[in-house]
Amino acid sequence: MSLVFFGYFGGMVAITSMLVVALRNPVYSALSLLVMLFHVAGLFVILHAEFLAAVQVIVYAGAILVLYLFVVMLLNVKEDDRYHSQWRIAAVVCVPLVIESIVLLSGGAGSTGHDSRSLESGPHGGIAADNTLAIGKTLFTTYLFPFEVASLVLLVAMIGAIVLAKRDFSESREL
Amino acid sequence: MTEFGLRLAISLTQIAAVMGIVVITVLILTLAERKVLGWMQDRMGPMEVGPYGILQPFADAIKLFFKEDIIPAGANKFLFTMAPILCLIPTFIGFAVIPWGPNWTFEIGGISVKPFIISDINIGILYILAFASLAAYGIILGGWASNSKYSLLGGLRSAAQIISYELNVGLSIVGVLLLAGSLSLVKITDAQAGGFWNWFLFALPAPQIFAFVVYVISTVAETNRVPFDLPEAESELVAGFFTEYSGLRFAFFFLAEYANMMLVSCVAAALFLGGWNAPYPGTILALVGLPSFAWVENTMWFAVKTYSFLFLFFWLRATLPRLRYDQLMRFGWKVMLPIALGNIVVTSIAVFIYQQMK
Repeated sequence: MSLVFFGYFGGMVAITSMLVVALRNPVYSALSLLVMLFHVAGLFVILHAEFLAAVQVIVYAGAILVLYLFVVMLLNVKEDDRYHSQWRIAAVVCVPLVIESIVLLSGGAGSTGHDSRSLESGPHGGIAADNTLAIGKTLFTTYLFPFEVASLVLLVAMIGAIVLAKRDFSESREL
Repeated sequence: MTEFGLRLAISLTQIAAVMGIVVITVLILTLAERKVLGWMQDRMGPMEVGPYGILQPFADAIKLFFKEDIIPAGANKFLFTMAPILCLIPTFIGFAVIPWGPNWTFEIGGISVKPFIISDINIGILYILAFASLAAYGIILGGWASNSKYSLLGGLRSAAQIISYELNVGLSIVGVLLLAGSLSLVKITDAQAGGFWNWFLFALPAPQIFAFVVYVISTVAETNRVPFDLPEAESELVAGFFTEYSGLRFAFFFLAEYANMMLVSCVAAALFLGGWNAPYPGTILALVGLPSFAWVENTMWFAVKTYSFLFLFFWLRATLPRLRYDQLMRFGWKVMLPIALGNIVVTSIAVFIYQQMK
């Protein structure tokens, strides 16, 4: 049963993420990104990470993607403006990706094919009861330092964004 | 497979019952809004259809159903059709985790059934927030797909407004979550049992009065109601994002707005006002020797709380003028957000001290 769901969610994620770059209309691209984010949340649910699934939908689908749509609609991009011939860069990016997937599929280093304990038995049973609690405890004990560093970096980024936006605004008004 | 079939049948029955309740409530609300507004403005409200106009909602529904369904020539047909549905579905999905009555379970053919909630998931409130945040897509896409400047402006305004105020809704809830120690609406409601002094609105160690005020104001803004109805401000934008909509598609937007109002009222009742718990310990029906009918009293209390909250929406609409757009944004970010954040800090400190003392 869970394999069927995994197949569905995984397949939809693959298809919709290709559609994001392949579709001509930027609004349709944003919408297929929305569908993709939903199916990634579905994958989280299969892995019994309901908290992550909800946060995924709230943060990415509910806030960030709405802003994308906002910008796309305000700019009203012409369909042709979006396409530049970037196939050289694409090729450079593709080569390592192809090598990686070949290595993974052939069961080389980093593959989880033989060692699927982390998904099957592992700490799964304990976490499934209340994974919100588990995530909170792990974040504030084991990963406390990285957590604080991350929040500090985000705070700095936020202040930076406000300073940059504000300066632009006051300059344009002086003109 | 029979067990699966039975479970499916029970779930579908529950879903049908909840859908029925929601749609009937929306019908009542459309009439109640016009009647309440009428009384507040010293007039009668609708009086023609049926005695005292009580059949008006059905007349409205039939009218909308038979109206011509117009799609503007320049519109994006696919998204224009999708938008009202995208608006409606997330709202209806949210009702799946609302506890309508006591947390009972009974067995049918070896499966335990909770009669008053469709699905008791342990992230209930996050689930509602997640789907509530998706309702914005219906509005933005409806505005954009109409290919009209008024619709587009209404949709964009609505996007900015919903994102800004959704944040405040989420933050105002955090205090309640700290007090209850759970994200499940069933557990949150259970934690408020035994009298109104245990409701999180008044409960020690940290009464959530400020959080409740922030929640009320932010939900009014999130449901696009007066005084925050800028996305559909008729003096500036004709009718905002649904200017170009008519007939059944317009009815969908209308239904979504009222269902959304009902959803936020149910959440407010469950989080701050004790859900289905009566304002006194226990129930009267249990005291007079009918404990098996106590659920009637409990569900009635839930209905009373929800409808009082809905009345507040109408009251605000009859009382307050519309804000200006920059005032709305400044109010959301510079007044509501600091209050909500301050409430979280105070509540966490109070809960910590309370736990140390125990």
